[in-house]
Amino acid sequence: MSTFLGMPSLPVFGTGNLHAAESFPTAAHRELGNAQLRANLGHATHTIRDKRLQVVSELPDWEQLRDAGSAIKESVMARLPELLEQFEQNFTARGGVIHWARDAGEANDIVAGLIRDTGETEVVKVKSMATQEIGLNEYLEEQGITAFETDLAELIVQLDHDKPSHILVPAIHKNRTEIRDIFLREMPGADPALTDNPAVLAMAARAHLRRKFLTAKVAVSGANFALADSGTLAVVESEGNGRMCLTLPETLITVMGVEKLLPTWQDLEVFMQLLPRSSTGERMNPYTSLWTGVTDGDGPRNVHLVLLDNGRSAALADEMGRSALHCIRCSACMNVCPVYERTGGHAYGSTYPGPIGAILSPLLTGIESEENSSLPYASSLCGACYDACPVKINIPDILVHLRSVDVDSKRGKKKLPSQMDVGMKAASWALSSGKRLGLVEKGLPLGRLAAGPDHKITKLPGIAAGWTQSRDIPAPPQKSFRDWWAKEHHGPETGGTNAPARGTARADAHLNAQDKEDGA
Amino acid sequence: MSAREDILGRIRSALRDAPVAPQIPRAYRTSSELDHDALIHLLVDRLVDYKARVCVLDAAEVPERIAELLADARSYVIPAGLDPDWTAGPHFAPDGDRRRVDSVSAPLTVAELDGVDAVVTGSAVAVAETGTIILDGSPNQGRRAISLVPDYHICVVNAADIAGILPEALRRIDGTRPLTMISGPSATSDIELERVEGVHGPRILDVIIAR
Repeated sequence: MSTFLGMPSLPVFGTGNLHAAESFPTAAHRELGNAQLRANLGHATHTIRDKRLQVVSELPDWEQLRDAGSAIKESVMARLPELLEQFEQNFTARGGVIHWARDAGEANDIVAGLIRDTGETEVVKVKSMATQEIGLNEYLEEQGITAFETDLAELIVQLDHDKPSHILVPAIHKNRTEIRDIFLREMPGADPALTDNPAVLAMAARAHLRRKFLTAKVAVSGANFALADSGTLAVVESEGNGRMCLTLPETLITVMGVEKLLPTWQDLEVFMQLLPRSSTGERMNPYTSLWTGVTDGDGPRNVHLVLLDNGRSAALADEMGRSALHCIRCSACMNVCPVYERTGGHAYGSTYPGPIGAILSPLLTGIESEENSSLPYASSLCGACYDACPVKINIPDILVHLRSVDVDSKRGKKKLPSQMDVGMKAASWALSSGKRLGLVEKGLPLGRLAAGPDHKITKLPGIAAGWTQSRDIPAPPQKSFRDWWAKEHHGPETGGTNAPARGTARADAHLNAQDKEDGA
Repeated sequence: MSAREDILGRIRSALRDAPVAPQIPRAYRTSSELDHDALIHLLVDRLVDYKARVCVLDAAEVPERIAELLADARSYVIPAGLDPDWTAGPHFAPDGDRRRVDSVSAPLTVAELDGVDAVVTGSAVAVAETGTIILDGSPNQGRRAISLVPDYHICVVNAADIAGILPEALRRIDGTRPLTMISGPSATSDIELERVEGVHGPRILDVIIAR
């Protein structure tokens, strides 16, 4: 292994559709108001998580596969420069061409340039997170190139001028009736008698895209895996749209994050068991295509690969967070997440939603990217995502780590103490002595005034407003526990009948002594 | 500095803590203990679960079965290297006007393939546990396009080529060939996660397992 001897450089963060336009709490609040969205999501996530549990339980060695998957990915990260060079050499030796892109803008430029060289103005596309991340479709449109999404869910989202809301099922937030309405409105030549039967809708998509597939000269795809020891790329899919794009056109352009490598052909046996079961809850996805450079007479004659950094090297520099790059985009974490299930994917802003998005997006953009700094808080830390992750990414730990990075990054930025600082100071004063706490508690019953006749406080002021945003607080009791205790045990009315037990007397004496020591 | 140098430099810099690549624990299963009959039984079960149609026959019965399956097809395509016995004999004569033969040296155009009703191919390896058939572009399987564009795929699997689990199957494959793994017909679950067979790839998959 080579040791890096140059000057350590500052991390360079990613660009493109990684930055949320608004903070998660604001976006989530709005999305939570959509009852249809919650119903669609609840149905979809529960269906898929039940299927997943079923097929995972069939494998006696599931945990061993997870262990292997996790270690392989850790090894990839440790050996990334060497593996990238090995992959490049093998892919190039078999007629492929490799391009390197520092960020979204550079990747878009490369892809647009390659398409322009073919003289074409239309391309077909396989669903790909990397091209979503760099905003390729929008960029190509500006350049006068039309990109047709060919995955059914991506097609639905594209026709509706919407954004994907899930890694695997981008149109998970829409139900069949909404999809039929989109087809009727946006799909040229759609049968006006179209029903909302999923089979009928799928056939409408087939008819709509058939001509595109058969005439396209250029296709753009992502890749699920790249095997360093053979220079092979793999795309995992279901519908056959991937096979169409990967084999029929003359030119194939693939965009892939540098972290997608696997060291050896053998490693594929691990990931092809982990991925389908974790993502769609199937033993195997219907179609997987693998290609190594160019094959004479079979498939595209011009094969390009754009290797994308776009913040991945920055994420790698975070020793605690780098395992977020182990992600194989299966989406199991979002299907079990109680937060994602209610807010949906759009609330996360970035291309990557759900638990993995809550760590990956701020790692790729830097936590200083203002709206993304709220993402690590978009979690109950219940740990369901860690249990579900096929490569054992410890998402809860990274969430907590990123929260601390966020707090540290904000420390010292404000000159005036924040409400939180003032509150913490006040709490520290009150909690440091029993007498002080007693004094504060005497004021608590005043809180009853803030509660209405239903004894509920629905709106707290200042920083505490967040707490009452989604719940009420019961009014405080008429007297504090201290007062009640004192009355029960020492009060002049009851003193004779309720003599304090010895232990209690000792505790009281101890408290009083402590107060004296504190100088209270 | 080129983007390549820049990115590799950034990555090396990110790894300045010099993490050590761990040993890969490979305690997962790498072989199955299933006998010949159990392999066939499991593969049939898994393929049927994926809505593929399956039959298990003696090798001698394969041509007759293929002829039956093709009875309604106005035309079909075969790769030049397909076992000639599979589409020969009394069931196929005279068949010249509906048969198209595809090869790397004489490929059909995409439009021609789109006009063909069915395709017959062999296969390289199958995985019983996952119901997966792997095509590796050998002469009896042909170019990837021929098993993709026609709506109906008839695929012959030699029982000897059935592996129990994925690691066993991948050991028998050259990863640098153009590979297609097929598990049932084309399918989507994009609308309310309800599985629908047949979107862009072949809508019907018939598998003949030849003993």
